[in-house]
Amino acid sequence: MPGVAQPAYRKRLAYQAGLLGGICAIVSVLLIIGNHETRGAIADHIEEEKRATLAAVLPAQLYDNAPLAESRKLPQQGVFTSPPVLYPGSHSGVFSAAALLTSVYGWGSEIRFIVGIDASGEITGVRVISHQETPGLGDKIDIDRSGWINGFNGRSLANTGEAEWAVKKDGGEFDQFTGATITPRAVVRGVHQSLEALDQWRRQQLAHAARADSAEEKK
Amino acid sequence: MTSPYRQIFGDGLWNNNVAMGQMLALCPLLAVTTSATNGLGMGLASVAVLVLTNVMISALRGMITPQVRIPALIVLIATVVTLVDMMINAWLHPLYKVLGLFIALIVTNCAIFGRAESFALRNGVRHAAADALAMGMGFTWVLVVIGGVREILGSGTLFAHASLLLGDGFAWLEITVIPHFSGILLAVLPPGAFMALGFLIAAKRLVDRRLQARRPSSDLVMPTL
Repeated sequence: MPGVAQPAYRKRLAYQAGLLGGICAIVSVLLIIGNHETRGAIADHIEEEKRATLAAVLPAQLYDNAPLAESRKLPQQGVFTSPPVLYPGSHSGVFSAAALLTSVYGWGSEIRFIVGIDASGEITGVRVISHQETPGLGDKIDIDRSGWINGFNGRSLANTGEAEWAVKKDGGEFDQFTGATITPRAVVRGVHQSLEALDQWRRQQLAHAARADSAEEKK
Repeated sequence: MTSPYRQIFGDGLWNNNVAMGQMLALCPLLAVTTSATNGLGMGLASVAVLVLTNVMISALRGMITPQVRIPALIVLIATVVTLVDMMINAWLHPLYKVLGLFIALIVTNCAIFGRAESFALRNGVRHAAADALAMGMGFTWVLVVIGGVREILGSGTLFAHASLLLGDGFAWLEITVIPHFSGILLAVLPPGAFMALGFLIAAKRLVDRRLQARRPSSDLVMPTL
């Protein structure tokens, strides 16, 4: 540094290399210790958040199992930008509810959301978990900004037809926002597709169970 | 002869302010100042990282040679930021929910590297700590002012959600300045940040010129970066 005469050994390549190597070694040890000390607490927080998200879309009295522990990935399909994760809920071993966590592409960013349904296929809740939509326009999909997302409650494939799963501008049932159509359109499509994915999974489960039953009878 | 601390704090808070004088750290500044609370959070996180890195680098300054100082500083700064990120996530989780994104952004903050390189490597630990505190506080107040202006214009509130960041004791900070105001969208969007910063810098220059005009005899020229 200026004003300080450097001892000759510091100008040698070995010192420079050793210094950098030493700093990296110390730093790695610090990071390993830090990671070790905090990993458990961080994992707990993530688990806690998942539970809170699930509780927001599925009322706790609907199921008595641990949907988070029984989660499974469904194949990627349609407008989803990531393979959906299914959390099946059951009451005394009988299917009673399910939640689907997935994402769609909105206006320039991915929107992650979770949809909960009860045994009849009606939506019990939808929540947007993360998004980067335009503040003040597209961010009304967030429950903190407006109640728009509650408009899905009670909807199902049975009570809302194919054509009605769209924003009003496109002839559907759901409000768009002033100045933002693409964001709500993406969410409506994503929720619709989620219901279809859940319905498809449900039918597969039933077919599977029926096959198992008939196999049992043959015995 | 003014005391070195006086000059350090004068530089950090006003004359050579990170954002308004050195024009550094504009990336996080423009990104997070959509509200005063966000600005405050980013500012506080920056102060913590600045103090830690400045002290550490000042203590190691005898060992670090000019030839390898840049990689050495980068590794040290990145480590401190990562450790702070992990610790806040683990032990101050409610704070992390608000600040999480910004803490990682601190790595992109040139001000941290700038202070390490231009001050901590050349000065003792105590002066380096004072410099970090001064620069960090200078950065924080600019963030809060820009965040506050954008928040009032954009949504009509001030310090909304402050209790999430600082605890319930600070709920009184949350003020609705203009009730039932849907806001000027432009203020919240990125151009609003550029405008607010531009006006703030213009105001600083104006004040500086006034001050200079008032004491024309002063031949003291403040060194800038």
